[in-house]
Amino acid sequence: MSLELVQDYANYWAYIVLMMIGMFAMISKNNLIKKLIGMVIFQSAIILFYVSTGVKEGANIPILSHDEVHPAHHGDDHAGDSHDAPHDKPHHADAAALDPARFSNPIPHVLMLTAIVVGVSTLGVALAIVQRVYTDYGSIEEDEILEQIRPGAHD
Amino acid sequence: MIWQFDLILLIFLIGAALMALKARDLLVSAVILGVFGFLMCLLWAEMGAVDVAFTEAAVGAGVSTVILIATIYQTSRKSKD
Amino acid sequence: MTSNPMKLVALAAVAVTGILLLSATPDFPAWGDPQSPASTSAMSKHYITESRFETQVPNLVTSVLADYRGFDTMFETVVILVAGLAIIGILRRPFQPGPRKVDGKKEPDLIQVVTCRLVVPVLQLFALYVIAHGHHSPGGGFQGGVMLGASFILMTLTGGLPATLARLPEQRALFLAGLGVLIFAGTGLLCMMLGGNFLDYEVLHRIMPGTGPVMARSHSMLIVEIGVAFTVCTIMFSIYAILSSRGEMRGGL
Repeated sequence: MSLELVQDYANYWAYIVLMMIGMFAMISKNNLIKKLIGMVIFQSAIILFYVSTGVKEGANIPILSHDEVHPAHHGDDHAGDSHDAPHDKPHHADAAALDPARFSNPIPHVLMLTAIVVGVSTLGVALAIVQRVYTDYGSIEEDEILEQIRPGAHD
Repeated sequence: MIWQFDLILLIFLIGAALMALKARDLLVSAVILGVFGFLMCLLWAEMGAVDVAFTEAAVGAGVSTVILIATIYQTSRKSKD
Repeated sequence: MTSNPMKLVALAAVAVTGILLLSATPDFPAWGDPQSPASTSAMSKHYITESRFETQVPNLVTSVLADYRGFDTMFETVVILVAGLAIIGILRRPFQPGPRKVDGKKEPDLIQVVTCRLVVPVLQLFALYVIAHGHHSPGGGFQGGVMLGASFILMTLTGGLPATLARLPEQRALFLAGLGVLIFAGTGLLCMMLGGNFLDYEVLHRIMPGTGPVMARSHSMLIVEIGVAFTVCTIMFSIYAILSSRGEMRGGL
């Protein structure tokens, strides 16, 4: 177990440990809300793993500075919105190319941004179901609910 | 990526996850889940994903904690395990 | 005890899955490697290098979210709307059998009310700024919408649910949520009616005075972000209002 191996993959191991904690909680906990907390932990670990695939060593955040968006053209003044009138073609030839290794990969960020908001909506639906279960059975502990559904039959 | 910072944050994260699941009082679990959300936000800000960190701070550590506490208020606060 | 078999099963499942996943990690690229397959894909390179010429938006995440991957974002917004509708379907019922929680009427606390009055205007103004400035700084529709929803939740926590419902009634909230999705899909349909593909913003420069195809993309991104913000804000508030009062919209936290 060399040090490079540990340094390269230690983050992935931490995410897998988090995933397993969440999965264990979802299966084995008795309380319904603890199960949902396990679901939140599981979801967060997966989103962590996904975003970490876009990390690059020594890279900057994926937001360009003003000079990079409007590179200096020859003989062209760019004050405000005068880009689009006659020459609206992209000026590839006279602008310095951006090095992709300088910026973090934006695609995982985009996908996980929506995943987080959708995750909280799903948590809301799950909590609504928990409230209905509490209204109908009077308890949110799984064994007490099973007692009422199948009296006397232990799992 | 500063590996010392990463290591400390990940250890805190795993500790917070374990404590949220072990607490007997559900309100304590909800608040520790809020701490979990903030630690995730820090981790992503350190990884360079600032938009994701912003969203997680607003959603995970804000709205998610509040709706969990609202449900705990309407159901029960004690947990057997 | 009855829960012990379940704990053993869970432990076995977790152990097997965990060992399988851990043994697969040496196949991953090293963490933070700039040469990993995800970081050197042609699509990622195109988005980073060409987005400034094709959309004139400095924030790469916003340009990928609202323009290059606009179709995904539209359906995520629909999912959020459907989740709100599902919660209404589960908890809003005409009668409520079962154990009821008696809400004691409590006085609004003076410190909370004054703090709310100071904080909420600033919070809402900042949320609108985040939505509008999403092109140049971290932000955009989702973040600003959640902050707006959180400001309404703050008003509910300090002033009580009936006072906030007087400002944002449930029907108006649902209408705004649907309007948000309609804005997004409507922009796409408008592009189709003008001859382009669905959500192909370049053709909109014919109806926007004074812009070319590139700036039309930048402006349309702002329009769809506003639609997303409408939906996210109202659904976050509705989720909280219904969950905290168990569907009755009378008392609650």
